[in-house]
Amino acid sequence: MPKLTIDGIEVEVQDGLTVLQACEQIGIEIPRFCYHERLTIAGNCRMCLVEMERAPKPIASCAMPAGEGMVITTNSPAVKKMRQGVMELLLINHPLDCPICDQGGECDLQDQAVGYGMDRSRYTEEKRSVKDKTFGPLIRAMMTRCIHCTRCIRFSSEIAGVPELGATGRGEHMEVGTYIEKALTSELSGNMIDLCPVGALTSNPYAFNARPWELKKTESIDVMDAVGSAIRVDAKGPEVMRILPRLNEDVNEEWISDKTRFACDGLKRQRLDTPYVRRDGKLEPASWDEAFSAIADRVKGMDGSKFAAITGDMACAESMTALKDLTAALGSDNIDCRQDGAALDASCRGGYVFNTTIAGIEEADACLIIGSNTRKEAPIINARLRKRYLMGGFKAGMIGEAVDLTFKHEHLGAGTDTLSEIADGKHSFAKILKKAKKPMLILGQGALKRSDGTAVLAMARQIAEDNGMISDDWNGFNVLHTAAARVGGLDLGLVSGDVASILDGCGSGSIDVVYLLGADEIDMNRLGKAFVIYQGHHGDAGAHRADVVLPGAAYTEKNATYVNTEGRVQRGRLAVFPLGEAREDWTILRALSDVLGHKLPYDTLSEVRQRMVAINSVFDGDDEVTGGAWGEFGVKGKLDSSAFVSPISNFHMTDPISRASETMAQCIEALLGDNKGKTGTDG
Amino acid sequence: MSTDTATVEQPTSFAFSAENQQKLKGIFAKYPEGRQASAVMPLLDLAQRQHDGWLPRAAMDHIAELVGLAPMRVYEVATFYTMYNLAPIGKNHLQVCTNLPCWLRGSDEVVETCKKKLGINVGETTPDGKFSLSEMECLGACVNAPMMQINDDYYEDLDAASTAAILDTLSTGGTPKPGPQNSRKGCEPEGGLTSLTDAKGDA
Amino acid sequence: MLKDSDRIFQNIYGFKGSGLDAAKAVGDWDGTSKLIAKGREWLIDEVKSSGLRGRGGAGFGTGMKWSFMPKETGGRPVFLTINADEGEPGTCKDREILRNEPHKLVEGALLAAAAVGACAAYVYVRGEFFREAEALQNAIDEAYAAGLIGKDACGSGIDFEMYVQMGAGAYICGEESALIQSIEGKKGQPRLKPPFPANVGLYGCPTTVNNVESIAVVPTILRRGAKWFASIGRENNTGTKLFCISGHVNTPCTVEEAMGIPMRELIETHAGGVRGGWDNLLAVIPGGSSVPMMPKALCENAIMDFDGLREHGSGLGTAAVMVMDKSTDLIKAIARLSQFYAHESCGQCTPCREGTGWMRRMMQRMVTGDMTIDEIDLLHDVTKQIEGQTICALGDAAAWPIQGLIRHFRPEIERRINDRKASDAGQAA
Repeated sequence: MPKLTIDGIEVEVQDGLTVLQACEQIGIEIPRFCYHERLTIAGNCRMCLVEMERAPKPIASCAMPAGEGMVITTNSPAVKKMRQGVMELLLINHPLDCPICDQGGECDLQDQAVGYGMDRSRYTEEKRSVKDKTFGPLIRAMMTRCIHCTRCIRFSSEIAGVPELGATGRGEHMEVGTYIEKALTSELSGNMIDLCPVGALTSNPYAFNARPWELKKTESIDVMDAVGSAIRVDAKGPEVMRILPRLNEDVNEEWISDKTRFACDGLKRQRLDTPYVRRDGKLEPASWDEAFSAIADRVKGMDGSKFAAITGDMACAESMTALKDLTAALGSDNIDCRQDGAALDASCRGGYVFNTTIAGIEEADACLIIGSNTRKEAPIINARLRKRYLMGGFKAGMIGEAVDLTFKHEHLGAGTDTLSEIADGKHSFAKILKKAKKPMLILGQGALKRSDGTAVLAMARQIAEDNGMISDDWNGFNVLHTAAARVGGLDLGLVSGDVASILDGCGSGSIDVVYLLGADEIDMNRLGKAFVIYQGHHGDAGAHRADVVLPGAAYTEKNATYVNTEGRVQRGRLAVFPLGEAREDWTILRALSDVLGHKLPYDTLSEVRQRMVAINSVFDGDDEVTGGAWGEFGVKGKLDSSAFVSPISNFHMTDPISRASETMAQCIEALLGDNKGKTGTDG
Repeated sequence: MSTDTATVEQPTSFAFSAENQQKLKGIFAKYPEGRQASAVMPLLDLAQRQHDGWLPRAAMDHIAELVGLAPMRVYEVATFYTMYNLAPIGKNHLQVCTNLPCWLRGSDEVVETCKKKLGINVGETTPDGKFSLSEMECLGACVNAPMMQINDDYYEDLDAASTAAILDTLSTGGTPKPGPQNSRKGCEPEGGLTSLTDAKGDA
Repeated sequence: MLKDSDRIFQNIYGFKGSGLDAAKAVGDWDGTSKLIAKGREWLIDEVKSSGLRGRGGAGFGTGMKWSFMPKETGGRPVFLTINADEGEPGTCKDREILRNEPHKLVEGALLAAAAVGACAAYVYVRGEFFREAEALQNAIDEAYAAGLIGKDACGSGIDFEMYVQMGAGAYICGEESALIQSIEGKKGQPRLKPPFPANVGLYGCPTTVNNVESIAVVPTILRRGAKWFASIGRENNTGTKLFCISGHVNTPCTVEEAMGIPMRELIETHAGGVRGGWDNLLAVIPGGSSVPMMPKALCENAIMDFDGLREHGSGLGTAAVMVMDKSTDLIKAIARLSQFYAHESCGQCTPCREGTGWMRRMMQRMVTGDMTIDEIDLLHDVTKQIEGQTICALGDAAAWPIQGLIRHFRPEIERRINDRKASDAGQAA
């Protein structure tokens, strides 16, 4: 705990902090460009220079460890002059094209130039210019604006683990880029836009669309995967312009995946903005009354057992609650939230959540990944695993497809044979798990959505229990979900039916009416002659098959609850209103229930939420992880020796929103293009 | 010479020759376990020597694989150091030092002689691919100024006439004698030792 | 003048050949194991009391540097790295050691390794010194074959490996942490300090980085005794030193002389005097391009050692004496150095990356007088914005020559500007 004096103020700081951090602790802000608390220290911008007593030269405060007895000055005329000097040098080759730069208004260089810049340039020589580079469809690289802070380079090699960026050449000819023209392949690349302190890297899809001061900013939760990243939705009028990350140390730190960030243009395409009713085989626009009465005609008085419901991967807990209640009111308990047929057991929460928690990964010292490509299924969790790996003393093994996870791991095998060996303690990795103090496993949907899923689940539980993963202060058993709705659905108990038998029932005629709440991932051909009600926001697979379409709200258009893979209850917030005739989803169900003569007993959002808490007390929390109880789950049984296959073969298109996104389509094309055209004569 | 290699025609693959494969082992043996990245510069040099004096991208990619680095890290190294040529280069690379000590003693004359005799400017290669001409920063032979390096050898104490003679010899396929082009052996003062005066006798 | 018998580099001109036999004939490898047997403390103390200061330019005490090496390393190996990335304009002394006296370097490396507990030495030779590296490698091979290095080196009981690592054209790799980066297979970009190489150096291990000349003089110092070395030169500026005298002298050469030799004596005794006589002298850059120039007036009584040249606002640096007579366009000379620093800036930190380019462009304009008088002050301002604010000393080195020019030759600069203005006006009229 060194004690130092900064601008006459004595301060005692933790060991290992830098002078810059010590300054921050007492509210002294040090200007900086290259320094970023989540990246290694580069010390190259020199903006953070301060004076230190007895040092012959000024010191870079970002790189200097705070030491006992140091006397630091940050507010002297000399320090101010140094900052002005560095600022001037940063600007001499900067194009100063703020009026046409998207960073304008949220640019560190601009902001700090206000404090330390001159009103005009003393530089009259020729300015350097750099050819624009191609970083792919997501990032617009105007490298003439680059100030060589190397944050993006450090991000790509340290956080993303995909070291495609570097600085080539030297001196004033040093250029940041990929050297060979190629699209970046990291799923986290968009974060470089946030990290870039200037307008060198800006969002390509957002280019020239808005200025930051025109935007309404709404804090919300992402639903593109089951991580539940904290996001900010920036809207201009009725349109979502961009998605940015918010800080949540427990979940996404300050990163979001490229799908979370860039799929939002899918919110503008293929939207359902009015009800539809199928007449003479064709879906035609209709009024709410017409749609509801078409449903009523079919449902009223029907045998409840012939009614079934399937909830989709982006459904909010509110609408799932309403559908659960409506289904019950109609005399059915045939409802399932597991579109993919994953063998998840809702009876024991510890058996279906990510018990270790995302932040808890940092405490683990060994990890067995079963049937998951974490990099594609949850890039943010994968980044946390990589972070843990970089801290050292972490062994990871993987059963499934051999893929590059961006961190070192042993590929143990492809399927259940290897899993059995580990369960039997015969495999060498079993010894690693045994020896580990805090071992964990990650069970992916690729291991569960199989006919032997429940047996795999049981075996994973056995591995966890046999290898010290379950104790009073540590739970190393983790299910990695890919659907934002899934844990919420399980918490609401939406497993009383099951998708496979519902689809079978449709074929055999034992099911007459199917209600799809944003469920687009099932095989629509198997719905047979059933009358299909589709409630959702996109004209995706479900709407195409539907007999009645009820337009709902996307996640940016409603106040809604999601439970992430950890079991963390979080609230998304309305950033823009639902499109056209579309409504917040629970209200649609509430209105329909009235028409069907089974009026649901809640009229306000808070009443719905009370009902959720009544079903499961976990919904009482907000941004809280409620520990899952441990118990019996899964059923031992015969294992299928086929290989585990990740549910995500195409990261960029996994759901109705990303499938409607042109940006995501461009990403796919760019990556395919890169692979196709990979010859030595390229570029 | 230049890092702008966009227009360079790149071969599709690169592999070290059998002879160089042997050398690789010796190079890797110089570094501690797990420090193979240290071999990146010797390997780039080896590849360049094998590949007519320049480094194709395929060689950099191959070396990245051999030393276990991301290709980008190798590109960074290859573009940082000036001795790696990322585009084809003449058989004889005339590298004339024009830094202060050489300039004081007539490096302009050496450059001019090269330009005139070869009909190329600095940064260019003769159409027959025999000569490339570069201006260099200090090559560390300042008391033998002016000087130039041609491939691996230094030619020192130059003037217009000796420069021309060297170029003539090279043009006809000969090998000029490296070192000082006047009466000196090395860095001793010309015309008589001022120290170690008994030294010459022992030679 | 230094007696021949007091010269350490008896074969600096290479008349005797660079092989092991020739080396032994001038006294190399004589009783090396006995020196090692005296122990680490003794080795460091002896070098300390000899007063040897680093010969690479900064002049930090070599023995002192060694004493900073940790005794306890927690199992980490210790490395010696030898800086043979000679590239400071005007400097060509290490080249002569590498090609003519490589055994002094090999033996010195072994002794230095014994002093700091290093298991291996990497000699980082600039890539252009292809032939010099060949000579050194040959000496290393001979030393291995003779059991002088390797396992149980010289029968001393210590194991010592020695490797040559080639650079590839980057002046900045002469900076010790950039040199380490380069050996590790990275771009030669200087590291932030702390941590210092003595704690976290090559491969994250304790490392000492010494100049070739500093290491090569160690065996002789140890054999002849610290007292002998310290008796040459002045206090705090002891010993002999290789001087490289280039530029406008009659017989440029490299010569070993006593520290503290007057500049004029050095030039006139060994380099045949200034071309056209002493009075034809305009200025001297006495220690490589990174030290400020000295106009003739300051040269008259200048003493060639660290303190002597500092008194005149310059420095000994690498003891590379660049002589410029009255025919020299000094502005062009400094402009050439500015071009050099801009070319060699690694590009890592802002002041150097941006500032060296700015200075280069202004200096280019100054050559033709294409600037205003005010811009001289602007240029000086820019040098001050770079000096002291960069990660390594290259920023300082780029700034000082310009500051020296402005300090001593401002009237000449103003004359150039005014002449240009007059001639432009004349053409316009």
